[in-house]
Amino acid sequence: MKGGGFRGDLGFPRGLQFVAIGIVAGLFSALFGVGGGIVAVPLLVFVAGLDLRSATATSLAAIGVIALAGTVSYAAHGRVDIGAAALVGLPGMAGALVGTALQQRISVRVLSLGFAALLAGVGIKLLV
Amino acid sequence: MATLALVALAGLAGGVLAGLFGVGGGIVYVPALALGLGLSQLDAEATSLLAILPTVLVGAASQHRYGNVRWRAGVIVGLAGVAGVQAGVLIALQLSDDALRRLFGALMVAVALQVAWRALRTAHNGSVGR
Repeated sequence: MKGGGFRGDLGFPRGLQFVAIGIVAGLFSALFGVGGGIVAVPLLVFVAGLDLRSATATSLAAIGVIALAGTVSYAAHGRVDIGAAALVGLPGMAGALVGTALQQRISVRVLSLGFAALLAGVGIKLLV
Repeated sequence: MATLALVALAGLAGGVLAGLFGVGGGIVYVPALALGLGLSQLDAEATSLLAILPTVLVGAASQHRYGNVRWRAGVIVGLAGVAGVQAGVLIALQLSDDALRRLFGALMVAVALQVAWRALRTAHNGSVGR
């Protein structure tokens, strides 16, 4: 855990890199209602020099704290629908177990391209 | 009733995708809550943060068992993230629901590109899978 010698290191102490990554991820998370892994994972890879698998896992741990903070802040403004959250969140928890186990075992290339197409389709629908 | 089942199914699918691609599931939950249950974009995003929490905790625990989590980095990123969250909430509360929805649509397209890029990059260097 020294400051230098890692791939992608921009010359800042690593602790500061992680602080900056956290602030950006937290802002993203609250603004979009997502975990923030979308920005945290690439930043952990390209700025902090973690490998993809470690970055993915580490961002999940950080998102636990970030999502909790976002929930509390939005709930204070009366914006959180607890019943709706349970309706998607509890089946989601079961699905996460399956997905994480699958990630260790299979090549997800074809699946990734299908998922990308689905996201792009819904995103364009929301944009126009 | 059919809508509720579909939204629950989207939750299940979102969890699988979260584990597979290292995203929190929110990118699937927000449109499911907004388009499926008719929540406003702001309420869907706020609710999504609670919805992803169990998914994220289970995912992080699984990744911990595989030995993939760098805990020091994770804790620093998470705690710094709390400051970012306060800024994000303030911005989201200021924006119109329409602006928020369009921003989210743009994010979905960007995430689609990122997922596709990761898949193609993995295929090139052959370090994961086949």
